[in-house]
Amino acid sequence: MPQSLVKPSSRISVVAGRAHRRLGTLGMVCVTIIAVIVLTTLLAPLIAPYGPYEGSVADRHLAPGVNHLLGTDQSGRDVLSRVIWGARSSLLGPLIVIVVTAVLATAIALTAAWYGGRVDSFLGRVLDVLFAFPNILLAILAIAIFGPSLLTASLALAIGYVPYSARVIRSVALRERNLPYIAAARMQGIYGFVITVRHILPNVWPQILTGMTINFGYAMIELAALSFLGLGVQPPNADWGLMVSSGQSSLLQGYPEQSVAAGLAIVVTVAAFGYIGERLGGRRAAGRVR
Amino acid sequence: MRYVISRLWSLCLVFVVSSFVVFSGMYLVPGSPENFLVQGRTVSPEVLASIRVQYSLDDPFLTRYWNWLTSAVQGDFGRSLTTRQDVSNLLAARLPTTLFLTLYAGVLVVVFGIGLGVIAGTREGVFEKIVVFGSNLGFAVPTFFAALLLMAVFGGALGWFPVTGSGSGFGGRLFHLTLPAVALSLPSLAVVARITRTSVREESGSDHVLMAVARGVPRRLVLWRHTVRNSLLPVTTVIGTHLAALLASAFVIEYAFTLDGIGALLVDAVHRQDFAVVQAIALILVVAFGLINLAVDLLYAVIDPRIRLGKAA
Repeated sequence: MPQSLVKPSSRISVVAGRAHRRLGTLGMVCVTIIAVIVLTTLLAPLIAPYGPYEGSVADRHLAPGVNHLLGTDQSGRDVLSRVIWGARSSLLGPLIVIVVTAVLATAIALTAAWYGGRVDSFLGRVLDVLFAFPNILLAILAIAIFGPSLLTASLALAIGYVPYSARVIRSVALRERNLPYIAAARMQGIYGFVITVRHILPNVWPQILTGMTINFGYAMIELAALSFLGLGVQPPNADWGLMVSSGQSSLLQGYPEQSVAAGLAIVVTVAAFGYIGERLGGRRAAGRVR
Repeated sequence: MRYVISRLWSLCLVFVVSSFVVFSGMYLVPGSPENFLVQGRTVSPEVLASIRVQYSLDDPFLTRYWNWLTSAVQGDFGRSLTTRQDVSNLLAARLPTTLFLTLYAGVLVVVFGIGLGVIAGTREGVFEKIVVFGSNLGFAVPTFFAALLLMAVFGGALGWFPVTGSGSGFGGRLFHLTLPAVALSLPSLAVVARITRTSVREESGSDHVLMAVARGVPRRLVLWRHTVRNSLLPVTTVIGTHLAALLASAFVIEYAFTLDGIGALLVDAVHRQDFAVVQAIALILVVAFGLINLAVDLLYAVIDPRIRLGKAA
């Protein structure tokens, strides 16, 4: 039966079955969690019971109840709503990081793999130097120079992530580049650029995707840490890292709702991405330095 | 030996490039460097002049870099732009806390990471499941969140440990820095435990271990001499890189616990836009990071002869 005649519902179940074999049951749970979080982010205006800045000081530190499922924070804002709205900046930052990292790392890796020789060793040297710079320090330095913002922090982190990703992609691309069919394509006079984009890129794509999944978790933790330090997203915006930080004094006074809710949101998201990344990429990636 | 030399050479390259990045960063900002350094604070003309002298802004760029680098190597980082204190003195007062915290966390990572990993790798059952689950979750918990939870539970509710300050004397420090060190070590501990477990598992199925068991070598001896010793090779690299990372990420914990380490100073300096202090700390951290990594690589070559003899670079 041709693909187009398959009913859409069964096509979905075929894809789901394939994903299930690859990721396992727990992996599918993780995928579902991520899907729910992303949907929540997109539908925040519909789902969140209150606006992110709505509330009065009179309602501060209300206990969880019917009106406020997770209680209110020190300014009387609904914690659940802020967690939902906060998902936006908390997911946007890591998304910027992984996209920028993937683009830069892939470009460098494919260039190095295609030309080999001097180009390869030069790029390798550059990456080595960059690798010696702790990611988070690079981000702090960038923030010290350009001022605190999510974009600055994300771009700096992305640059810090490039060396590792580029190395991994390069090694796979190099294996691909030395296969006979590439030599055959060259014999036919096809341009190197075309071969790289049309043939090598699709074959290293799984590697790129795995790297992106794993990086997402790391990026989320590091960006949240920067927001926690007051160097990323700025108040009164809702952001998970920032919420953990601004809930600190409430937590010590015995009102844990805000910090704990935001912190758990980070833990669950990172764990879900981490598990999927591990299933896709094997254990090697798990030992990586932050 | 060739390996050592090539490794040293590339480290020097790293230091030169990263010090250049740290130094030249402030010139990336549009506007004059003095304005960036002063950041809209109202300062007297004398201070402005002393800033011009400190950064030798009247000299050509490369001369400036060279002057800054040579004085930095001699331990002179100039003066803070906000408090006018000597940066080196400022750092010297703060360094012990950071070192103590990092070492303390490092010890926790090594002892508990390897310990839990070995136990989980050699035993089946509930304990192994807990370790596996814990290590999967452990790396997902941001250190600052762990810090807050520990603070609330063991500092606030139970009152076992102090939550601020870094204490005095060895015992006092050990006591004050326990919660911060635990929080800092958790993610690395999780990774080390997981890698150790996998490695022990793989090793205990290997031929030479089976052979030892078959020869009737006592179990305990097989475990420690044949299994664990061999399985620690991959673990050493992981531990090494994580020790360096502990130092580089200690500032989050220092800030959360309001400790007086250089990391908290760094965050503070960024908030107060005191770029002289930021530069100094960034440079020190990069150098320390590089040196730790170098030490780890060399140590690794000592442990594993294959690296010394084989394709080193």
